[in-house]
Amino acid sequence: MKAHRHVAAAAERAGSRGAFDVEKVREDFPILKMRVRGKPLVYLDNAASTQKPHAVIDAYNVFYSGCYSNIHRGVYHLSEAATEAYEQARAKVQAFVGAARPEEIVFVRGTTEGINLVANSYGRKHLREGDEVVISWMEHHSNIVPWQMVCEQTGARLRVVPINDRGEFLMDEYEKILGPRTKIVAVGHVSNALGTVNPVKEIIARARRRNIPVLVDGAQAVAHEEVDVRDLDADFYVFSGHKLFGPTGVGVLYGKMELLDAMPPYQGGGDMIRSVTFEKTTYNDVPYRFEAGTPNIAGAIGLGAAIDYVTGLGMDAISAYERSVFDYASDALQSLPGLRLVGTARERVSVLSFVLDGIHPHDVGTILDQDGIAVRTGHHCAQPVMERFGVPATARASLALYNTVDEVDALVKGIDRVREVFA
Amino acid sequence: MSDLSDLYQEVILDHSKNPRNKRAMENATRKAEGYNPLCGDRFTVYLRVEDGIVRDISFEGSGCAISTASASLMTEDLKGKPVEMAHDVFDRFHKLLTGDNSVNETAPEVGMGKLAVFGGVRRFPVRVKCATLPWHTMETAMQGEEERVSTE
Repeated sequence: MKAHRHVAAAAERAGSRGAFDVEKVREDFPILKMRVRGKPLVYLDNAASTQKPHAVIDAYNVFYSGCYSNIHRGVYHLSEAATEAYEQARAKVQAFVGAARPEEIVFVRGTTEGINLVANSYGRKHLREGDEVVISWMEHHSNIVPWQMVCEQTGARLRVVPINDRGEFLMDEYEKILGPRTKIVAVGHVSNALGTVNPVKEIIARARRRNIPVLVDGAQAVAHEEVDVRDLDADFYVFSGHKLFGPTGVGVLYGKMELLDAMPPYQGGGDMIRSVTFEKTTYNDVPYRFEAGTPNIAGAIGLGAAIDYVTGLGMDAISAYERSVFDYASDALQSLPGLRLVGTARERVSVLSFVLDGIHPHDVGTILDQDGIAVRTGHHCAQPVMERFGVPATARASLALYNTVDEVDALVKGIDRVREVFA
Repeated sequence: MSDLSDLYQEVILDHSKNPRNKRAMENATRKAEGYNPLCGDRFTVYLRVEDGIVRDISFEGSGCAISTASASLMTEDLKGKPVEMAHDVFDRFHKLLTGDNSVNETAPEVGMGKLAVFGGVRRFPVRVKCATLPWHTMETAMQGEEERVSTE
């Protein structure tokens, strides 16, 4: 009962924000009208992927119906139009992350490819035997494995910054790990398994004093708060379009021009060259040097539409609204007996990972699904985090701008039902 | 709710909360470890096979309600059975879960005893692997392979 009073008070708080009309926002996402097993869909797996607004879906239609051709090739009208649309999308990304120049934006398949690109191109060029790559304990596998692979190839060593019991990055340990052999730091902005917001500005500043470049995995950050790569002073910043209400198969690698410019290509092919003879090939300029082959043109344009959509709503307004729903959800879940939140960092966003006493997350997920509630269960591609917290898996609810306090209530009710089944 | 109570039947809940034969076996003749990386379920199945008969069978590990109950009911069912029959039971158990009764004209539940409670899993395709993990592990142990099986 106490929980319910608390819930009501928080709901009032959340509803009092006039600037952000969540009901109107929900109208923009056609899939949210869907019913699952007769119940309204409650989509709480936004850390895995986000749903798409009409603006993004329509962008595909417009592009393929009236503007489509390959880019950077033809002298004809359509090719010019497609090239312009693609390069406009690059400019939108540049403005969105605060990059100095559009050339610093490389379109990739997603965060994973962005990290692989840097690990292979920058990593293989600079890493020697005995050198060190520093990551954190809470990284997604995609910010672990590419570095392990390049370490294997070069003889470099992976060093891991530990986290505390709340799931927070340990700055003192980081300071101790940084040293003359550290050649690059790669760290998540927001943990996909714990929701922890890492102090990346401070992490970067400490590396900067030693002239060590830092790659930030922003996959879980960009949909929730404003990112300014120059304010952060990030050397590389990567994210995926599909976690920002955009299409799958497109993502962004931001890199400082002087770094990108000195990096060798990652893949060879068309569009990344200036001239090719069988004796010698000279490479194209940044960013084209890193965009071999026909890129995901429609995807980039769809991502541009997604960026227009969120900036139209205002990242500040989105953050403030999400904060109110997140705080409400965090309090509501923590008030449930037998529920343990995994990840209780002071700075968190979107992600609520939890375990229920005596009930496996997989069973939680199946039972919630019967109520139309979509949560993720498993290790969330962060097995070292699971091991750190002594759980094989968690259930994870992750919020985005269209989630409501009513949906949090549905989750709470669903969890009650899980416990009834296992009573 | 009816689908859910099909999945989480009383027998399944009972065996998941109070699994039978959940212990290491000192004098096992064969054992194998099974792992599902998707959900982190991990089981070790121990067998003592003598004269072609499963004299004893037990398991250790942790998993969801479905996989734990499946391991528990499997040990109850197979104890005392000839090895050949154990293969046959797994075969039929698999068909019960995947709804493939093309080979056997009779309903897949018939003759399955308590194992028939897993018929409800059929409607939850992503959970079929949970129920079969202990059985795959048992099969690996039977073959005397000491390596780890994975359902992914």
